[in-house]
Amino acid sequence: MSGSNADLMDVAVTESPAKPKQRRTLSDRTLANLMIWPTLIILIAFNVFPLFYSLFLSFTDYSAIAFREPQWLGFENFQRILESEALWTSFSITGRYVVLSVGLELILGFGLALLIREQFRGSGVITTIILVPMMLSPVVVGLFWKLIYNPTFGYFNYLLGVNNLATPPDFLASRWAGQPTPGLALLAVVLVDVWMWTPFVALLIYSGLRAIPDYLYEAAVIDRASSWFQFRRITLPQVAPLMLIAVLFRTIEAFSKSFDLTMGMTGGGPAGQTEVIAIRIYQQAFQGQLQTGRSSALAYMVLILVIAISNLYIRNLNKAKEG
Amino acid sequence: MSNFEQNGPGFPVTESIRVDKVSPRARLSHALRAIVVIIVAIIMLVPIFVMGLTAFKSRSDVVAIPPKIIFEPTLEGFVFLLTNRSQLRGEALEEAKANIDNVGIFERIAITNGQSITGPSDFIKRLGNSVIIAFGATAASVVLGLLAAYAFSRFDIPGKDDLMFFILSGRMLPAVVVTIPIFLMYRQLGLYDTHLGMIIVYTVFNLSLTVWLLKGFIDEIPVEYEEAALVDGYSRFQAFTKIVLPQAATGIAATTVFSLIFVWNEYAFALMLTSETARTAPPAIATMLGRGGIEWSAIAAGTLAFLIPVLIVIFALRRHLLRGVTFGAIRQ
Repeated sequence: MSGSNADLMDVAVTESPAKPKQRRTLSDRTLANLMIWPTLIILIAFNVFPLFYSLFLSFTDYSAIAFREPQWLGFENFQRILESEALWTSFSITGRYVVLSVGLELILGFGLALLIREQFRGSGVITTIILVPMMLSPVVVGLFWKLIYNPTFGYFNYLLGVNNLATPPDFLASRWAGQPTPGLALLAVVLVDVWMWTPFVALLIYSGLRAIPDYLYEAAVIDRASSWFQFRRITLPQVAPLMLIAVLFRTIEAFSKSFDLTMGMTGGGPAGQTEVIAIRIYQQAFQGQLQTGRSSALAYMVLILVIAISNLYIRNLNKAKEG
Repeated sequence: MSNFEQNGPGFPVTESIRVDKVSPRARLSHALRAIVVIIVAIIMLVPIFVMGLTAFKSRSDVVAIPPKIIFEPTLEGFVFLLTNRSQLRGEALEEAKANIDNVGIFERIAITNGQSITGPSDFIKRLGNSVIIAFGATAASVVLGLLAAYAFSRFDIPGKDDLMFFILSGRMLPAVVVTIPIFLMYRQLGLYDTHLGMIIVYTVFNLSLTVWLLKGFIDEIPVEYEEAALVDGYSRFQAFTKIVLPQAATGIAATTVFSLIFVWNEYAFALMLTSETARTAPPAIATMLGRGGIEWSAIAAGTLAFLIPVLIVIFALRRHLLRGVTFGAIRQ
């Protein structure tokens, strides 16, 4: 077994016939199976199987604290959920969360991407720095923003120049000047989401910008196209696929990661104003009555929605990869 | 506009447009951009900076109005975070105060607050759990992921795209959705609130990341190297260990670190699948708030202790960050 590089190169160049190897017992096929199946088995055991189990549970009245066999209910859980107003509230809160945060992230991210498009000294360090919030634990981020938002000694009100100490705005309690202002808490959470994820969206768009060939702009300059025309006809269509990826990615995340962030900041409050769908499932499944069956049904509805969105996402990823 | 597109400007071009010369105006706008970007970066860092400040504030400085930027730093928050203390009264306190010069810095801070340290706090245990579980799950998911990624990259596997999608789809599901059945299953298997149980959950969760990322890295290694080795009499497996692994070292390192960060930061699974023995740091930090009399400086100290490893890693990994987050789709 001559392993040195020189030998290796030599053989590759002269293409001497392969030595017949009797010792090689594993065919490529077997080896491939041996390499893939451990991963597939663990995924099936701890991902696919539980999902089938919860599909079964979603048709029953099972509760994790009741020590009795689950009773088959048919579609009752689903029917109840679809009829309940609280569900639509949660969905609409999640929807508002996604639309507001992803919208702001796209606009701000696009602006930021155009700014960092031209390299300058130290731009590498800066693009790294702005990614820091994204890599932090969302629940921990939520906690320290809770401190920043504190109505009396928080930095946020201080920087806003609030000096009305009797009734300072309390964002996480949705109170403005002592008056309940619904929606304020959700905005406060969205702001943190935007703080965390705008740089990510910006970098995605930036990588799209860099891939635009220069000759397109050169041709436009020769044709004396206005810069607005260049932006609308060259820049925008060229980065559109990546913007779509950013939107889909953030939408999927909004169903999962929004749980951590809102739990850290508000726990769903005040009065359920930031109760995104994930928090609702959590409360149904693990708190109070432990309505395992009902919450499984709700979880399944979200599951189907998320799988549909991720399907779109992965298709677009593949397209971007090839393009 | 359409006429313009088809026929060009529609007027004679009388002056040349030079793209190679940088005008003073372009230079100015370049500088302006740089300044705006720097300002944005500073704004991004303010909250983290605030948190860092809070970790070193005393109890009264934390709640000062207006918030203090300049204050006398203290390790009080860290003492509250890392130790259990009991209240000292009467003679015991006098005695401790008399002895204050002979004890360590943590003890001294406790005595100033009229307390004595009785032992290390729960938080140390939580951090320990985080470390054990993060490393265990990362080791498992990187090894399994590496094998699968190599097979997906090099062999002709029937239904490859569907399998890759299947592997990735697991990760897209919200943790809460997947956890309900896992919780029930773990209760049956006795894996609830165990290190092993958490390692398995995170391995499953991270496999999608490691398989996708590593496949991307392995795809970049020219297949000719291995073919040469095979011709030279290496077995497939030897070619994998002796040619591919060294070539993919950077990629493996990046993947490992991403996997570590994800486990380190994870909250939802840990919240729902652990209670005491195997609870990790993120839910522990979160429940500190639940107790009466919020010790903000202790929370900030805990957050800081938790963030520092992540910050170090980000700078070490900065060239691969985007790639890691998009499962290898986007290369920086």
